[in-house]
Amino acid sequence: MSAFLLNRLLQSIVLLVIVSIIGFTVLNLMPGGPLAQFGLDPGMTQKDVERLAAQLGLNRPLWIQYLDWAWRLIQGDWGHSFRDGSAVLSVVGHHLLATLLLMGTSTALAIAAGTWIGIRGATHRYSLFDYCATVGAMVALSVPTFWFGLIGIYIFTLKLGWVPAGNMYTIGDGSVLDYLHHLILPSLVLSLVHVAIWSRYMRTATLDALSQDFIKTARAKGVSERRILLKHVIGNALLPMITLAGMQLPSILTGALVTETVFTWPGMGRLFLDSLGYSDYPVVMGLLIFSAILVVLGNLIADIVIATVDPRIRLA
Amino acid sequence: MSQPPMGEWHVERQIIDLSKKRGKAKNRRRGPQQNGRTKLKREDVPMASGNPAAAPADVALSVRELSVSLPQGMERTYAIENISFDLKRGQILCIIGESGSGKSVTANAIMGLLPKVIRVTSGAIHLNGTNIVGLAPEKLRSLRGRIVSMIFQDPLSALNPLMTVGAQIEEVMAAHDVGTPASRRSRAIDLLIEVGLPDPQLMYHQYPFRLSGGQRQRVMIAMALALEPAILIADEPTTALDVTTQAQILQLIRDIQRRKGMSVMFITHDFGVVAEIADYVVVMEKGHCVEHGTAAQVLKSPGHLYTRRLIAAVPHLTGKDRVPLEVAERVSILKVESLAKTYRSGSALFGKQRIVAAVNGVTFELASGRTLGVVGESGSGKSSLGRLLIKLMESDGGSILFEGRDIAGLSEAEFRPLRPKIQMIFQDPFASLNPRSTVGQILTVGPVAHGMTYGEACERARELLSHVGLDSGAFGRYPHEFSGGQRQRIGIARALMFKPKLLIADEAVSALDVSIQAQILKLLDQIQRETGVSMIFITHDLRVASQICDEIAVMHRGQIVERGPPSQIFLDPKSTYTRELVAAIPGEQPGSMPQHVGYGGHYFGGETL
Repeated sequence: MSAFLLNRLLQSIVLLVIVSIIGFTVLNLMPGGPLAQFGLDPGMTQKDVERLAAQLGLNRPLWIQYLDWAWRLIQGDWGHSFRDGSAVLSVVGHHLLATLLLMGTSTALAIAAGTWIGIRGATHRYSLFDYCATVGAMVALSVPTFWFGLIGIYIFTLKLGWVPAGNMYTIGDGSVLDYLHHLILPSLVLSLVHVAIWSRYMRTATLDALSQDFIKTARAKGVSERRILLKHVIGNALLPMITLAGMQLPSILTGALVTETVFTWPGMGRLFLDSLGYSDYPVVMGLLIFSAILVVLGNLIADIVIATVDPRIRLA
Repeated sequence: MSQPPMGEWHVERQIIDLSKKRGKAKNRRRGPQQNGRTKLKREDVPMASGNPAAAPADVALSVRELSVSLPQGMERTYAIENISFDLKRGQILCIIGESGSGKSVTANAIMGLLPKVIRVTSGAIHLNGTNIVGLAPEKLRSLRGRIVSMIFQDPLSALNPLMTVGAQIEEVMAAHDVGTPASRRSRAIDLLIEVGLPDPQLMYHQYPFRLSGGQRQRVMIAMALALEPAILIADEPTTALDVTTQAQILQLIRDIQRRKGMSVMFITHDFGVVAEIADYVVVMEKGHCVEHGTAAQVLKSPGHLYTRRLIAAVPHLTGKDRVPLEVAERVSILKVESLAKTYRSGSALFGKQRIVAAVNGVTFELASGRTLGVVGESGSGKSSLGRLLIKLMESDGGSILFEGRDIAGLSEAEFRPLRPKIQMIFQDPFASLNPRSTVGQILTVGPVAHGMTYGEACERARELLSHVGLDSGAFGRYPHEFSGGQRQRIGIARALMFKPKLLIADEAVSALDVSIQAQILKLLDQIQRETGVSMIFITHDLRVASQICDEIAVMHRGQIVERGPPSQIFLDPKSTYTRELVAAIPGEQPGSMPQHVGYGGHYFGGETL
């Protein structure tokens, strides 16, 4: 196990270096840049802009900028936002909790509902339920999330007035109940697409497990269908799902760009969008590295979990 | 195989002694089970008495005029039609037939395990006097594992990979509410001892992937025996096993059957197995019972043509050498010298490295137009050797002189022009053909890649298809439209597209029914006689090897332990390992199998099988 972990750690570091180089280069190759907005400002001369560039270190060659940035990052300094000068880590931290709340809720919902729908669809294959689930998943996957978001706001906010249209809390309130009230609609809308994906995978995995020979063995032993499902089918069906869950982890923390925008949710997705708009490169780079680390971590956790639950890997 | 076969034998003998001593413990355990059994009888008596055709008391299982229908659009409308037979108490009944004969459907009907789309349309199945046709699912479930249990063909997939061996055995008892967790545990360990597994305390906590095929089949048997059922159904339980393991499992089933007075319904396609264990035989063809009788009757004087064909198809040790192919000039095609391959797993850095010498100093020579059989059990290194020869894998040492040139050290680019000259025929005719390509594409893609024009390749493909016994319409069809034997013919045609000098057949007939095996062997023999190609025939089945090989090399743990013509290997084996292998062949005891049967007994060059 330790050898495996060390190996993966080394791979991850190489991966992170490559991702950061590509990200840094592409970001700086884009036309415009953080100083472009000042070029249009009549209150600033060319000299002022140049002085600002020198101050921020933007006049140096790109590779020196990268090395400088990377060196600071290794020391724990993620840089400062161009916009308001606050530390990138604290900016990210502020938005992280909001995203965690939204994405955590919707992912938990999606996994619970998707697992149930998937298993039921497989055990009641070609039943009315299965057909409805299939068609429903198709719709949820093909219609864009923002459309569901807007329709949700139209029906539940404008027509029925059940839930607020956006934001994470009412200014001046901020009780747990108020947070939950704001959470309902965006988390449901967001979970739709994930339920669709998860239930489809779960259905396939369950069908796969059901067709295994050891299920027939269990039946020949006289084990009840219920126990076969609980003890033999679900365990084996969930194994491939662990990898999928691992890939889900980064998105729990990096947020949903579109949904957060539709519901004006102050999460990571919106932070990313806003920072790009302002050419706030330190924040964008910070988010990039952050999500790359999460991807690596998510896969690593999935592998470790699989190795823990599957004796063939654990003991091999 | 994680342990030497001799060891397993030894253990088994001890076990039998042990189980005699533990008579007391067994009586104590019997309590709750008997309760369960009486309860069932009380429930089911009305149903049984309602049927006038109820079987006599010495019959454990009686099948009467059983028909099972198939869903529409299948090859035929029924899976089995009008099947009747009795399994007497304390007997072994063998049901024999080729794939598609309906023998597994019969077994599943008795277990109440037929898929929903396949239904029993008429007839009766009496289990211990109870007609189970039309019984409620919950009642059927309560019979399964308690009155009748079943073991399956493939022990590798029949056990849940995520549950320990012990937990899976205990589950049978838990499913029928027998015993307490503690008593189930001690019973599970007793069962592991009973089926001859080494170190039962450790085995109890083992996961299936740690066990060899034979050991897993023993676990399956332990599971089937847990509640001491009256009837055991064994669906080809040894087909997937090595010949020595097969002999051990057959021995175990027979021992247990005698010890417990159990009735066994044994399904097989191999008359060699029938000769080993059967008391009574039912022969099935295409869903019909064509012949039945005592084992002696059916084996000695088979009445039906189909039975005779099946018996004739069983390959026998010839004891005679093959009539060598007449070649103008015999040249050396392949010369292998101290070839070696070592597998390493784990990491050298952190210790725990496992090193397995898969091929260890193998030396042999093969002349043109000759066939060398490489025989050994799984894990003996025979398939690794095949892969080294065709350079699907790099060797660690030694040389492979192909037509005088050492190919062992060649890079892939240097070896590529030589590839057409060495071709391979694979074991699994289902997995080795791309399901999305037509047969024509499968046959032509290789030669075209090596520079043949498409038209030329097509012409040759059609020629070869008819040569291997398929009609030329096969060219445009997809692999799934063919049976296993036909697919293997396609595989052979594919290998011949290049006019190879050397054919490597890796277990080329192992996945096929015995009767199809004989046809494919005949085809390979015929092809060799026509083209003069040299062949390396890798197999675990000595009987098969004896049919087609001029010379046989017996492999054991990466080394060739014996080499010689079939007559020497079979009649006068020099090494103990070869002797073991020969002794393990089913149906080869003197007088147990008829050696000459009128139909189809001649295959190779006038040699009698």
